[in-house]
Amino acid sequence: MLKKILLATAAAALLLAIGLRLSPVVAQDGPLRIVIEDGVIEPVPIAVAPFIAETGGAGQVAADITRVIAANMVGTGLFREIPPEAYISPVTSFDAPVAYADWKAINAQALITGSVAETGDGGIVVKFRLFDIFAGQPLGDGLQFKGGAGDWRRIAHKVSDQIYSRITGEGGYFDSQVVLVSESGPKDARRKALAIMDQDGANFRYLTDDSTIVLAPRFSPGGNQVLYTSFETGFPQIKLLDLRTGAAQPLANLDQGTMTFAPRFSPDGSTVVFSLEQAGNTDLYAMALGSGQMVRLTDAPSIETAPSFSPDGSRIVFESDRSGTQQLYIMPAGGGEPTRISFGEGRYGTPVWSPRGDLIAFTKQNAGRFHIGVMRTDGSEERLLTASFLDEGPTWAPNGRVIMFTRETAGAGGAAQAYSVDISGRNLRRVPTEGAASDPSWGPLRP
Amino acid sequence: MTRIATILMLCGAMALSACNNPNKYGKGGINDDSYQGGINSGALGDPNDPNSPAYFAQTIGDTVRFAVDQSTLTPEARAVLTQQAQWLNNHPNVTAVIEGHADEQGTREYNLALGARRASAVQQFLISQGVLASRLRTVSYGKERPLAVCSDEACYAQNRRAKTAIAIGAGA
Repeated sequence: MLKKILLATAAAALLLAIGLRLSPVVAQDGPLRIVIEDGVIEPVPIAVAPFIAETGGAGQVAADITRVIAANMVGTGLFREIPPEAYISPVTSFDAPVAYADWKAINAQALITGSVAETGDGGIVVKFRLFDIFAGQPLGDGLQFKGGAGDWRRIAHKVSDQIYSRITGEGGYFDSQVVLVSESGPKDARRKALAIMDQDGANFRYLTDDSTIVLAPRFSPGGNQVLYTSFETGFPQIKLLDLRTGAAQPLANLDQGTMTFAPRFSPDGSTVVFSLEQAGNTDLYAMALGSGQMVRLTDAPSIETAPSFSPDGSRIVFESDRSGTQQLYIMPAGGGEPTRISFGEGRYGTPVWSPRGDLIAFTKQNAGRFHIGVMRTDGSEERLLTASFLDEGPTWAPNGRVIMFTRETAGAGGAAQAYSVDISGRNLRRVPTEGAASDPSWGPLRP
Repeated sequence: MTRIATILMLCGAMALSACNNPNKYGKGGINDDSYQGGINSGALGDPNDPNSPAYFAQTIGDTVRFAVDQSTLTPEARAVLTQQAQWLNNHPNVTAVIEGHADEQGTREYNLALGARRASAVQQFLISQGVLASRLRTVSYGKERPLAVCSDEACYAQNRRAKTAIAIGAGA
């Protein structure tokens, strides 16, 4: 499944047309552009020139930032890095003219240059430029970011987001975080703790200890809060954790013996939709965070769970077994008659609406295998992106073009890991975490 | 009451030993309570003594199994639960938490809901046999606490279960 490169300049078009089918509408001059959609893609060769240290102490951070940007680009599966040893004209100054011919000669389609300078007050200034080699011109303006020296990774991610956006036309996702469950211990006594990290696995830290089972954290749209399910009282209960203080409180003080789980924020962060179980029956409820007022959204003897809002907040996709097996349904956000959207073979669960609104990601269970898949919001164009013994729980990158999920291996020694895949099914990768990990939830792009 | 006191002490010790929090969680950790992974009735006492928790857990059987994706009680389960109800009716100072579980062949949220259905099916049956509702609570662990760890039906069948975990006192 995959991608198609829609062209670049006329020259690049000629080059690419040799190996790839091109969409007829794009055969015109224009900037370097990779369109992420179905098709086959050959990674685009790019050069990430080592960032120039403009002050004496900036050498290490310049090298580190260069390494992170290159890893980000290559990690998308869209790019192939040209090693610096192949350069004909190494970049020696940030403002020196670019020798387009020399970069063209080594087939670099894009060139990234940059510099790092210390500000003297503990900060750094990072500049970068992106060049479309075959067009012979910069792709967008040069930009600079200023931050604390300790923010160098975030700055590298912000540069990466700019480059990715300029070339793909999509939003970025590198400067974002993921909350997840860190797992340890044997399968029949698994210990679980909430953790947070950068989307590439860096800056991993725990949010709770593992003294009680914690499940399925969900980032708030603003990135400051996390909803999760905790067995702290002995009974599953949704808690709301403030990432600024580290403090967590129950979402609601309900009767003991009432189980709440599967929470998710509304896009404006004001409402939480979740499952509440009473006397064995699980239905959907919504709670306004400001007033604490609770509204029942479904009232059926079947299991209704895993709700997720549309990005405009008007609708909710969820799973229900009212038909006899788990299937996906959409209803108005205030409740009302649901419309079934999944009709393929097998069971469908854990639907999550893309932040772009175009797709719904889900877990599919069929013939003893689990899949992560996507479908249009009317249920059409279902595509399975993965297959394994146990894949579940998709979460969308902020740009709606990459999905992270849990993959668990079989058997007594089975363990969970976070994986990512793009919406075309390409570029399946394990996400680095400290130890085993499950239930990732991808947070928003950071400001 | 001496036996009961001993049971409670041992359970407390077990709970504490499970509360071994490595330092790696640092100051980010917000939960300092002891392990809450389950309410352990403790297989203590003499299973031949009809008044012992061991008799309830082992001789009667504290666990019933379910078919794939089902919460309907089988005839075998009903027979076990009938005896559980009789025992509970004869020991009015005992309360129980019914733990519902699912095998790993399902998504996390659905399995929590399915485990709740199973626990509720057991609870309703015990109530129908005269056990006071106020003595019975339910909890679902979904697929979080399998009994058997292989990834075959032999293990899945053991994991699709509801366990009646008894405790002395409290709310009786």
